[in-house]
Amino acid sequence: MEIKFVLNGKEVAADISPSIRLLDLLREKFELTGTKEGCGVGECGACTVLMNGKAVNSCLVLAAQVNNSEILTIEGITNGEELHPLQKNFLLNGAVQCGFCSPGMVLSSYALLEENPNPTDEEIKDAIAGNLCRCTGYKQIIDAVKQTAKELKVEVKV
Amino acid sequence: MSKDFSIVGKSVIREDGFEKITGRAKFADDYKFDGMLFSVMLRVPATHAKINSVDFSAIQNNPSVASIITSQDIPGAKKIGMIKNDQPVFCDEKIVTPGDVLAMIVGEDETELRKLLTKIKVDYTSLPTLTDPKKSLDPDALLIHPEFGSNLIVHHPLRKGNVEKGFAESDEILERVYTTQTIEHAYIEPEAVIAIPLEDGALKVIGSIQNPFTVRRIVASVLNLPNEKVQVVQAQLGGSFGGKDDTMCMLSARAAVAALKLNRSVKIRYTRDESILESYKRHPYILKYKVGFSKIGKINAMKIDLLADGGAYCSMSPFVTWRSVVQATGPYEIENVQTDVRAVYTNNPYTGAMRGFGSPQPIFAQETLMDEIALHIGVTPDEIRRRNGLKLGSVTATGQTLKEHDVNLIPVLNKAVSFTNFAEKWKENKKNQTGLKEYSFDQPIFKDEQFISSEKLIKKGIGLAVSFRGCSLGAEGLDQSSCYISVQPDGKVVMLSGLAENGQGLRMTLLMAAAEELGVTADKIIFLENDTSKIEDSGPTVASRGTIMGAAAAKNAAELLRKQLEKVAREVSKLDETDFISFRENLVFSRKKGMIAKFDDVIKAAFENKVELSAIGRYKSPDVSWDEHTGQGDAYFTYVYGCQVAEVSVNTGTGEVYLNKITAVHDPGTVINRLGAIGQVYGGVTQGAGYGILEEVTNEDGMIRELNFDQYLIPTAKDIDEIKPLFLEGNEKYGAWGAKSLGEPTLELGAAAIANAVCNALGKRFYNLPLNLEEVLLGRKLRPQDLKRGSL
Repeated sequence: MEIKFVLNGKEVAADISPSIRLLDLLREKFELTGTKEGCGVGECGACTVLMNGKAVNSCLVLAAQVNNSEILTIEGITNGEELHPLQKNFLLNGAVQCGFCSPGMVLSSYALLEENPNPTDEEIKDAIAGNLCRCTGYKQIIDAVKQTAKELKVEVKV
Repeated sequence: MSKDFSIVGKSVIREDGFEKITGRAKFADDYKFDGMLFSVMLRVPATHAKINSVDFSAIQNNPSVASIITSQDIPGAKKIGMIKNDQPVFCDEKIVTPGDVLAMIVGEDETELRKLLTKIKVDYTSLPTLTDPKKSLDPDALLIHPEFGSNLIVHHPLRKGNVEKGFAESDEILERVYTTQTIEHAYIEPEAVIAIPLEDGALKVIGSIQNPFTVRRIVASVLNLPNEKVQVVQAQLGGSFGGKDDTMCMLSARAAVAALKLNRSVKIRYTRDESILESYKRHPYILKYKVGFSKIGKINAMKIDLLADGGAYCSMSPFVTWRSVVQATGPYEIENVQTDVRAVYTNNPYTGAMRGFGSPQPIFAQETLMDEIALHIGVTPDEIRRRNGLKLGSVTATGQTLKEHDVNLIPVLNKAVSFTNFAEKWKENKKNQTGLKEYSFDQPIFKDEQFISSEKLIKKGIGLAVSFRGCSLGAEGLDQSSCYISVQPDGKVVMLSGLAENGQGLRMTLLMAAAEELGVTADKIIFLENDTSKIEDSGPTVASRGTIMGAAAAKNAAELLRKQLEKVAREVSKLDETDFISFRENLVFSRKKGMIAKFDDVIKAAFENKVELSAIGRYKSPDVSWDEHTGQGDAYFTYVYGCQVAEVSVNTGTGEVYLNKITAVHDPGTVINRLGAIGQVYGGVTQGAGYGILEEVTNEDGMIRELNFDQYLIPTAKDIDEIKPLFLEGNEKYGAWGAKSLGEPTLELGAAAIANAVCNALGKRFYNLPLNLEEVLLGRKLRPQDLKRGSL
């Protein structure tokens, strides 16, 4: 079947088998390998992407479901060689170790800040509770999100 | 350390950070090659079975199947292993555990191949199973590998002094039995590997590989090729924690056999279920301790009997249990010690290396036992440790006198105790202790509103645990490492280490060590991709040896190079013999003249004068010794010390343990990258917490129940409130500027500290990990009756 959607700001079309997952579409067809598969059952969050602004596990979304929607992946977060403030703060805070969960973590955090620019610690933890990380212990990730929220708020004021 | 560092000790962003945070970093499954095929595994749903025949006729002529690979296709070794070659690459006669693979089928469409697996007819006869390690050594026990004549994998005895005499002289004796559970590494990236045929029958392997040199050795043996024909390149590794060693050797060997047979690239990638099914786990232990002590709590004698379930294969069991025998008493000076550690075969999933490596199990037992002794004689937990703890000049259970290194046990303990106000909180909680709510089937233990406002049910607890840990491999094996460094004519530096980046940030640590010694900024150095064909074998990246062995080699390489450059700078600037030259942050200074040149100018001059611009640095461990009959010797050349304090809230109605705060005081020697070091503490503490209260791989007659993250629960962002890392950097003489080990010590203490904290809250002691809800509330584990659950 033929689907059309907006992928990282660009209109794209794909001819797909109705049974494939959004994760496969992104990795295989569009070669956007920043989206990772860790469990295939929606538990680890490594495949998190934004669908119409909401964080979803792309292993649980059929590619057919994204017809006429907007998808944002980690590749669409970066502006050329310029990092998004979230990405920059992940690095500054040591929130990246092996890096396998990082794209999903960034996208869950991104979705949170879009919806709630001033989150509490508990709200940050809730937003990334569906993203497993075995390396960092999460503290640096929470700090990175807090710091980004603060910086973006300052920017808006200016 | 008094040295004025320019980069060492600072927080520096890792060199691979940009690639990783933008999603551009390539992990094994992100690689694609022209004409690449996939390979999927054939297994049978049995734990122990004789394979009578495998009938491939239903798929043999299927166009989706490029090839069927069985043990017949293996040109070399059909069995492999880290220590003992007991694990068949393909099991064509019998399987001894459910993860075992009989054969594989190769083709272009992985999904189609998986469907075709169900059409292969396997005729097998299920055999009786042995899943209780306590029965492995019974005279009538079935033998997992009959060719060895016994299920005993290894026995490490240790004898020091005379324990019977020690017990006779003791005022009190305690005897306790503990158990620890099987756990899964749970790296978020499942295993993946691609084997690529090269010209002349050579082969390249790219994969999620922890130890490229080990993979090279094993692949070469399976293919019957010399080492140099097998090139192993590590892809970005999505977590390992000791787990991507044996399994990756196996997967690499299988992919390599298919790739050479078909002369095409072959990829194997595991789903999470397959990963948990086949990969090895942390050893579950049964730990028996008998301890004799005086009225003031001085320990006279300790008799220890540890039994480790090695599962179906030997793997690293002999080394894992060797660390246990060295460290089983904990960091205490005890005159009379008798320890026996055994690892045995069963039909359970096999167990091997995992971060901690034979230390978290005895620490849980011995550190909760220390708290019991403290309660017996009426002192606080910190005080009993001060009375017995290792100090400079103490003699360990292995007869090693601790000298020539920084023996920081009591300093880390004191720092943790004073920082957390431990003794006062411990006494206060003890005063407020209450037991758990009574539970019966007829009567709800509490009403709904108690769930909603559960404050009254919450009891606070605080507990601590201490450890000493031998750095690097010790008497387990050869211990050396290499680092190559060279400067390009434009002043850019490239380096390569024989140790591997496993996600922990090792490359950045090595890079910083080289930058410091060479006097350049970190951005001037490019780290080359790890490749077995380009650097000497530096041994595996295990045993928290990356920094102590790797940074020392990196520093040595940079020092050799800098000395060459000093000569050039001295000549170019016409400095006299008595002047002193130093390199710092891309500039070169003379003591008498101040700044004399830029680093790049010295390089240009050196290049023009045909001066050698590369160096190989090495570091080899000081000598260690071991007598395997008595368990005596200088087991490790140096040790690190740690103390963690857990503060918990226990819900006396549900048994839930919530971790409010874990304070982790570690002595890693000199910290190189502070950002990386703190990351090791946060991550290790969190894994330790998972081991303490959440994680367990259980099995039903060998069949694992928790095959994915919906069943196997690891800590999320919501499970620990606060972690406080504190370093006591000390003044060590080994390693680069005294930089030692940190990765594993951070993990090994958590479960024991938490168990002691829960006891402080409830007045009830726990002997079995994990302290999940049912263990705390009911004192036993709840198990489903069979594999069926929910709607399945």
